[in-house]
Amino acid sequence: MKYIKFILTGIVFGIVMTKAEIISWYRIYEMFRFGSFHMYGVIGSAVAIGIVLTQVIKHTGMKSFSGKPIQFAPKKKSIARYLIGGTFFGLGWALAGACPGPMFVLIGLGYFPILLVILGSLLGTFFYGLVKDKLPH
Amino acid sequence: MELIKEPWPWFVAGPLIALVMFSLIYFDKTFGFSSNLRTLCSAAGAGSVSDFFHFDWKNQKWNLVFLVGAILGGWISYQFLMDTESVEITASVQQSLKDDLGFENAGDRYLPLEIFGPEAWTSVSGIGILILSGFLVGFGARYAGGCTSGHAITGLSNLQLPSLIAVIGFFIGGLLMTYFGLPLIF
Repeated sequence: MKYIKFILTGIVFGIVMTKAEIISWYRIYEMFRFGSFHMYGVIGSAVAIGIVLTQVIKHTGMKSFSGKPIQFAPKKKSIARYLIGGTFFGLGWALAGACPGPMFVLIGLGYFPILLVILGSLLGTFFYGLVKDKLPH
Repeated sequence: MELIKEPWPWFVAGPLIALVMFSLIYFDKTFGFSSNLRTLCSAAGAGSVSDFFHFDWKNQKWNLVFLVGAILGGWISYQFLMDTESVEITASVQQSLKDDLGFENAGDRYLPLEIFGPEAWTSVSGIGILILSGFLVGFGARYAGGCTSGHAITGLSNLQLPSLIAVIGFFIGGLLMTYFGLPLIF
């Protein structure tokens, strides 16, 4: 039972990704060509509302569903890992036209070649685990 | 219902994504999709090869459930919430797809046949491109410590400078691939 809320949240996520065409390869290509406001509007409005929500949670000391104080873990400070890792991610994002969430949503639409992309993403994650101590962070 | 079947505009999608993030925070979790890739590696036994995968992945089951929900959400949308699979991208972008990459009928479905068509399974280069694209996403997401949900949405919402640097990286890579990589590959 405790997992029902997560499957429902996931369903909402999958529907939004599909209906706003965020899972479309073309929308990602269009974004990187600055051809439309659509994706910038999606991410920008999500972040704008996210900033307000985060501030409200922090300032009101809002409790979570289970009654615990809500805490935000700050990201560790660094430049190299975010810039280099982010660049690798971006190269893949523009080629696959999908980031990790949309890859899985696309299975639901029956675009099965995306399974090869998912296989690749698992291999890439595994490879990071093998070499991470040799990389600048 | 007709309105639901139309493509949803950004001002509907953005707030709903913020709501998804808020819901997960409210349930004592965080919004970070690519963590599932690490969890799946761990569940498959990768912990025996690298400490990076040596953790109690069962604590992450909620996120795998979220992942299953995301697939279901795609299926529900496809079955009940859409009339057409075409994507109305900007005309100039459609033209550049044709001129620069040779992609015909751009936007007639969610994904281009040139990458995700039947040949994706049969040609070595087709399979290679798909696996490579995923590899870059998976490797880059873990190296950067997050993907679009973890950095661009959650991190920026919490005004995290590292997330801003990661998003700048996403765009450096994305622009390089779009302007130089794709024309070379296709």
